[in-house]
Amino acid sequence: MKSESLMRIENIILRRGGVTVLDIPEFHVQQDRILSLIGPNGAGKSTLLLMLAGLLKPEQGKLYFKNAPIETRSDLSMLRRNVSVVFQEPLLLSSNVFENVALGLRFRKTSHEEIKKRVQKALEYFGIRQLEKRSARTLSGGEAKRVSLARAFAIQPQIILLDEAFNSLDPPSRETIIDDLKNTLNETKITAVLALHDREETLRLAQDISVMNQGKIVQSGTTAEIFNQPDSEFVANFVGTETILEGEVRSCLDGHIMVSIRGKEIEATGACSIGQKVYCCLRPENIIVSNQAQQKISARNNFEAKVSRIVRQGFFFKLHLDCGFPLVAYITIPSFEDLGIAPGKMVVASFKATAIHIISREK
Amino acid sequence: MELIVQGIIKAFELIISFDPEVLGITWLSLKISGTATLISLFIGVSIGTAVALNNFFGKRLVISLINTGMGLPPVVVGLFVTIFIWRNGPFGFLEILYTPVAIIIAQAIIATPIVMGISLASIQNLPPNLRLQILSLGASRLQMVWILIKEAKLPLLAAVMAGFGGVISEVGASIMVGGNIKGYSRVLTTATVMETGKGNFDVAIALGIILLILSFIINALLTQIQQRQNPR
Repeated sequence: MKSESLMRIENIILRRGGVTVLDIPEFHVQQDRILSLIGPNGAGKSTLLLMLAGLLKPEQGKLYFKNAPIETRSDLSMLRRNVSVVFQEPLLLSSNVFENVALGLRFRKTSHEEIKKRVQKALEYFGIRQLEKRSARTLSGGEAKRVSLARAFAIQPQIILLDEAFNSLDPPSRETIIDDLKNTLNETKITAVLALHDREETLRLAQDISVMNQGKIVQSGTTAEIFNQPDSEFVANFVGTETILEGEVRSCLDGHIMVSIRGKEIEATGACSIGQKVYCCLRPENIIVSNQAQQKISARNNFEAKVSRIVRQGFFFKLHLDCGFPLVAYITIPSFEDLGIAPGKMVVASFKATAIHIISREK
Repeated sequence: MELIVQGIIKAFELIISFDPEVLGITWLSLKISGTATLISLFIGVSIGTAVALNNFFGKRLVISLINTGMGLPPVVVGLFVTIFIWRNGPFGFLEILYTPVAIIIAQAIIATPIVMGISLASIQNLPPNLRLQILSLGASRLQMVWILIKEAKLPLLAAVMAGFGGVISEVGASIMVGGNIKGYSRVLTTATVMETGKGNFDVAIALGIILLILSFIINALLTQIQQRQNPR
């Protein structure tokens, strides 16, 4: 089902000042997929991107492009000609927009007519045809970002690497740039690796995710796999599973399991053995908060809960609930007002058995 | 007081009438300092850029040495150049002491660290990822360096101006290695020193004014360049 791997690294180790900054036994970038590297600051996302771009040489290990190892200088320049990198800063030259976007094509000695055609196409992708003749120094942050993206696409690379490309942009331009990037990636079918730290951006753009921590890749999978079935507490925390409860499996029958958490029983699904120690992970958006037990929910996961803390988060509230064990749930502003939520108020928290993701604690 | 007024009037007469001697001295000064600056530009920009772009052991020491070199006392440079090209010195066989070539060498030695220091700083001031960005777009190393130098062109132009300004107004080294020979190695500064010594204040003032005008033009251009540099 998975497509062919376009880039692959094997047993890469990179040290800086005696500290191992990358230690990756195996890593694949699938052809025609959009992969997001996520992880905390200093996890090694940018370093990995620089290595994939052939701009950083590992002390150990090998990089493969289309199954050919990158060894000689000519391999390296071949790699660089097929890869485009977009850094966090736009890094434009002080010439005009057209010349900036044409830069990579000039290095490739592309003909004038072809350069004109490709630059204009790239400018169109990002809606900046009208900026063609403007000096790069006079652009706003969002415009400069668009130019740097257009420059990366103008060379028609096989793979495009974006390093935290949407940082330091105001929310409206960030939104439209992400949309344009998504459309461009869809249209050009160029493989992409994006280092991101925003969960929402990741969900909007990526098909696959690799989670990094301390120079290692801790989990790789499709976006749905990573968000719904994190295989460690670290990943669960990082992808925004707010509730992670320690429990013990009490019974299991036909994939239905009962987990005991601080004396309460939660019904979940999965393959476990009785007595197994597990983490139960629950995303806040999967919990329904109401005044009475939900009839629609088949499982018995209805708990009386006391509101212990309320945090306003943009257009919704994050509720910290106490039902003998802690739960974190999201609630919209209208529901918040309808239910008359206040600290200390008793509510009912409900969730489906399938909303719980089980991670074994015995590793 | 009258002496000064008289001197200034005479000086303007000399300048306006295009006095051949004054003109000759000015032209020679421009040629010598211009050549010295050009030489310092090649050496200074290439070494400055190389130091800025490479990481090596002792880089900080090299940078402090270059920065110290930016303030080399011309007299000391003159002394060492003299010792080296003195008849019995290691380069005595070249027989260039008291020639314009000797002045060019001395002035190039003075200007090179100035150009080197400023170009080093201007290349270092470019965003660190810019070279990776240029390389990733498919540039060769040489193309990358060329683009960086072009990007830093305004501060580099300032480096040239500073170097030229430094050497055209310098007297110590020129007089020591050039010998102030009339019509051959006499430049604006050495002539000013001599004419003042002789009591020919009018000529000295004329030369001084020309030097001031040159200095003013250079600094005006420099200011223009610096003011144009708006941060990205």
